[in-house]
Amino acid sequence: MTEKAAPAPAAAAAPAAGGSRAGMKKELPERFRDYKHVWVLIEMERGQVHPVSWELLGEGRKLADKLGVELAGALLAGPGEAARKAVDEAFSYGADLVYLMEDPLLADYRNQPYAAAMTDLVNTYKPEILLMGATNLGRDLAGTVATTLATGLTADCTELAIDHEGSLAATRPTFGGTLLCTIHTLNFRPQMATIRPRVMAMPEAQEGRSGRVIRHALVMEESSVITKILDFIADANMDKAQLAYADIVVAGGMGLGRPENFKLVTELAAVLGAEYGCSRPVVQKGWLPAERQIGQTGKTIRPRLYIAAGISGAIQHRVGVEGSDIILAINTDPNATIFEFAHMGIVGDALQILPALTEAFRRILAVNRLAG
Amino acid sequence: MNIVVCIKQVPDSAQIRVHPVTNTIMRQGVPTIINPYDLFSLEAALQLRDQTGGKVIVLTMGPPMAEDALRKAMGIGADKAVLLTDRFFAGSDTLATSFSLSMAITKIAEKEGPIDLVFCGKQTIDGDTAQVGPGIACRLGLNQLTYITSIEALDPKAREITVQRRAEGGVQVLKTKLPCMITMLEGSNIVRRGSMPNVLRAAREPILTLNAAAAGIEDVTRCGLRGSPTVVKKVFAPKPRADKAKLIDTTNRSTTDIANDAVDALFAAAPKLHTDLVGRAAQA
Repeated sequence: MTEKAAPAPAAAAAPAAGGSRAGMKKELPERFRDYKHVWVLIEMERGQVHPVSWELLGEGRKLADKLGVELAGALLAGPGEAARKAVDEAFSYGADLVYLMEDPLLADYRNQPYAAAMTDLVNTYKPEILLMGATNLGRDLAGTVATTLATGLTADCTELAIDHEGSLAATRPTFGGTLLCTIHTLNFRPQMATIRPRVMAMPEAQEGRSGRVIRHALVMEESSVITKILDFIADANMDKAQLAYADIVVAGGMGLGRPENFKLVTELAAVLGAEYGCSRPVVQKGWLPAERQIGQTGKTIRPRLYIAAGISGAIQHRVGVEGSDIILAINTDPNATIFEFAHMGIVGDALQILPALTEAFRRILAVNRLAG
Repeated sequence: MNIVVCIKQVPDSAQIRVHPVTNTIMRQGVPTIINPYDLFSLEAALQLRDQTGGKVIVLTMGPPMAEDALRKAMGIGADKAVLLTDRFFAGSDTLATSFSLSMAITKIAEKEGPIDLVFCGKQTIDGDTAQVGPGIACRLGLNQLTYITSIEALDPKAREITVQRRAEGGVQVLKTKLPCMITMLEGSNIVRRGSMPNVLRAAREPILTLNAAAAGIEDVTRCGLRGSPTVVKKVFAPKPRADKAKLIDTTNRSTTDIANDAVDALFAAAPKLHTDLVGRAAQA
C-alpha cells in the first residue's frame, strides 16, 4: 500500500526522506510470533492460472530459503480438473505445499467469497509473508484482506528481500515512479505485498517435483453472496493480454510527433512478429489506448528485445522495461535518459531510423528464408 | 440518492523533479491536479445523479490547500464538498487512510442521510496502490465493484446496480445491492467540463471541514503514521547502470547503413534471438 504522506502540511505528497519512523524497531507482538512460512496466491480465474502466480512462486522460493521456512501456494478455485493441474504446477514451480480451497463459489472471482476464504486461510494457518499478483483480481482482494486483518500491504513491489531481522523489505517506485522506497511491515503479520506481472522472472518448471495438499473448506452459501455474476463476455481479440508476455516489443513515444507516425512502429512490429506499445504521454494525449502503455502505471514487459523509439526514458517508464534482455533506444537527444539504461542506442530521428530498421530486418529475414 | 466521491489532490507528476544532489523531491512550484483516475469516477457519479436525482458529495483527505481540488470538483458538477484535514492524518498509509475516510463518510451520512454509493479512483498517480477504495468498502461493509467499465443499470427502488467489470480475458457482468463502492476504469466515460454557473457556485459554496474529532475519530492512534502498519525505511533514486548504451556510429552515414549496423549488433549480442527469428520467418 503505502501512499506514505509527508509530514503536514503536505499530506498529499510522498515520504520526505523516509518519513520519521525509518529508525523504528521491530517489536513483534506475542500474538504474531507463530506466524511462519511464505505464501503465494495462485490466482485462478475461470480455470486459468495467471502466470504471475508462477513468477511469485519463483520469488517466494528465494524468500523462503533465506528464512529457512516453507513455501506454500494458496489456491482458491472451482472444483475440477483445472484445480488439480494447478496444484501440480505449483509444486513444479517451487511450492512445498498447497492450501486448496475448492468450491463452486470460487470458480469466478467475487470479492466477498474470495476475501472470506483468504482471510480464513490466513487466520487458520498463519503465514508470515503473503504475496499476490498486482492484477485486477489481486489488487481487489489484497485491499480487503489487508484491511480485515489490519496488517501492512505494500503494492506494486519491484524488489523483495529479507532484512537482517527476518522482515520483508519491499521496494517499490513512489511518487509516480521518480524515486524508489523500501517499506517494512514491522509489527503486524502477515506482511503482504503485491507484485505486477512480469516484474519477477518466470522460474524454470521442475518436472516430478511434488508436495503436500492441505484442503480447507469454504463455509459460505451462494445465497449469502450479495453480488451475482450475470454473464462473462470474453474479449474478442486477445491483444490486450499479449504485451506483457511478448517476446519482442516495439514502442514509440512523443518523439514520433504525430499519432499517424505510429504506423512506423506497427510496421516494424509486424516484420518482427512483435507487440507494440507506447510511453505514458502518448496515452495521455489519446494517441493510443491505455492497454498499450508501457511503464509503472501501464504494462511491465520483459521481452528478449525491446525497441524504444522517440521515448525519453522517465523512471516510471524505466521500471516497466528494465527486465528486457536487450533494449535498443532511438532518440534525437544524445542526453536522453533512456540511453542510461538501454543497451544499444541510435542517436537519430526515429521517423527515419524506424523504416530503415524495418527494411533491414525484412531483408535479413527474407535472405535467410531463401537460404533455409 | 446520496453519492460520495473520494478524490485526492496529487502533484502533476509530469512536472516532478528530483534534486540531483540531495535526491529529495523538489515540490516547489509543482502544480497540483485532481488525481486523473478520480475524474472518471466523479463523472460516473454525476451521470447517476443526473438520472436519478440526489446529490454528489466530494470528499478529500489532505492539507488545507486540498480545498482547491474540492472546488474544482464542484466546478465540474459536484453538489457539496467535505475536506478532512488534521495534522494527525500526516503520514497515513492506505490502512490509516481508509480508516479516516470511512469515519468521515459515516459522519457525512449522519448529516446528509444514508450513503447509497461511494466512488473512488481506480488508483492515484502518486501512490498507485489501488488499495484505499477496497479498504473503505471493507470498513463500511459496502459491496465492492472495482475496475468498472460501464454502469448498465441502476434501480434505486430495488436498490440494485448492474455493471461491467474488467477481468482477465473479458468482462464480468455483475449485479449487486446498494450500498456499494465503485472504482471506474480510465476511459470508461468522457469527463464533462466545468460549466460557468458551476464554477461560479464552486467559488463561493462553503466547504465542510472536518478534523479528526469532528469526523468522530476518538482514537487518533489509528490515524496517520501511528495508525499505519507499514514503515518507510528508505527513499532513494534508482542507481544508474554502470555502462551506458553502446551507440551505433552515425557520423556521415546513411540511415540504411545505420540500421544494418544496428541489426548486426543486435544479432551479435543475441544469437539465439537471431536463430529463432529466422526459424519463425522460414515457417511463415
